[in-house]
Amino acid sequence: MAKSLSTKTIVAIGIGTAVFVILGRFVSIPTGIPNTTVETSYAFLALMAVVFGPVAGGLIGFIGHALKDAIFYGSPWWSWVVVSAFVGFLLGFAARNIKVEDGIFGAKQIISFNVSQVIVQAFGWMLIAPALDILIYGEPANKVFVQGLVAGLSNMVTVGVIGTLLLAAYARTRSKTGSLDKEETL
Amino acid sequence: MAVEMLSYLDRKSLIHNLTGVTKLLCFIMWSFASMLTYDTRILFFLLIGSILVFIISKIKIADVAFVLVFILIFLFINNLAIYIFSPQEGVKIYKTQHVLFTITGSYNITIEQLFYQLNITLKYLTVIPAALLFMVTTHPSEFASSLNRIGVSYSIAFAVALALRYIPDVQRDYRTIALAQQARGLDMSRKEKLPKRFKNAVLIIFPLVLSSLDRIETISNAMDLRGFGKNKKRTWYSARPFRRNDYLALLLIGMVFVLSITVTFYDGNRFYNPFL
Repeated sequence: MAKSLSTKTIVAIGIGTAVFVILGRFVSIPTGIPNTTVETSYAFLALMAVVFGPVAGGLIGFIGHALKDAIFYGSPWWSWVVVSAFVGFLLGFAARNIKVEDGIFGAKQIISFNVSQVIVQAFGWMLIAPALDILIYGEPANKVFVQGLVAGLSNMVTVGVIGTLLLAAYARTRSKTGSLDKEETL
Repeated sequence: MAVEMLSYLDRKSLIHNLTGVTKLLCFIMWSFASMLTYDTRILFFLLIGSILVFIISKIKIADVAFVLVFILIFLFINNLAIYIFSPQEGVKIYKTQHVLFTITGSYNITIEQLFYQLNITLKYLTVIPAALLFMVTTHPSEFASSLNRIGVSYSIAFAVALALRYIPDVQRDYRTIALAQQARGLDMSRKEKLPKRFKNAVLIIFPLVLSSLDRIETISNAMDLRGFGKNKKRTWYSARPFRRNDYLALLLIGMVFVLSITVTFYDGNRFYNPFL
């Protein structure tokens, strides 16, 4: 695995992690429901996963979430760190056919990206995260399932809106292959 | 708007002198021990142990007070939520019921519930000193080299080192962009309504993300030009050799780990039940 990682992917993991940490700490909007915020960092995670692939997505989710918890809150919350890694990895895997780095991100890609992000996140936040909470921390089932449900829904909306916008903006900065026309010569 | 974050504090202490590898391994064993057990006796033992190590490390409470406040608030809210969602969890686990008094309906206070929530709280309290210590006594570049030493591939260890190196830079970028947008009249405070704040957040994220993507190009080109990733192995400037104390610390924590796991699973139940 280590051999197939290009220098660019490694740097993307490093810088991606730093941006994930900063977004997670500073650009999260409280929704009004206690302990639940709109985490804009997951929209960014989705972008990185689509552009740099599943390994980068998974590692940014894992290292980023663990570091953010450790630096700002003192101790990582491992069950949710694992889910961040899972979401990042599968988003990258599901989007392996979306060639956003070639500047292609039209209606078809937007639909396929959003369908896969909803499935992946439903599975991650509403199933795996609560299950791990019960297993590792022994918390009551109905509490963690409600938390997972709220977090999952808010992350789906965040990735769906901001993530899609980010991907579209990124695609516009890339030049399409074959976008140059030969000019008529006199 | 200086935001405090945990970072390396340079002191002279026994804990600081241990290598990063030792501290990383000890931290991992300690977290696993406290994650797996619900045995109150073990948890108390671990808690006293971590407080002792904290005293040896010469880190003062004042150094980490800002995080501690966060953690205590979080713990309080979490305990409250557990009680609201599941006031009978303790009765379910310990299979007895000693009611102290009743508030309303199923919301009564039982000794079992209090004991269960004490265990949950202890579980967090035992990890926190260890995690805090690991963060403030390990130099970031030594952390990366220790990851490599325990078997993580060096490119991934290097990615972690890059992240730690660039978090302050990205934070500065973020601040610049946020101030620039505020100068243009963007309200980021809680006075704005939710959809508007969502939109305003996007206006900050876009420049931050696009400039970071540029940064990735620059750094990866620079690393390629210096031949990064050419060889299978890499040496670390900050790696230190093992000393006697490292072996002693690993042995000690290893024994604590094995002991706590044995006691926890000895009777086939992760919970210690004083009620039966």
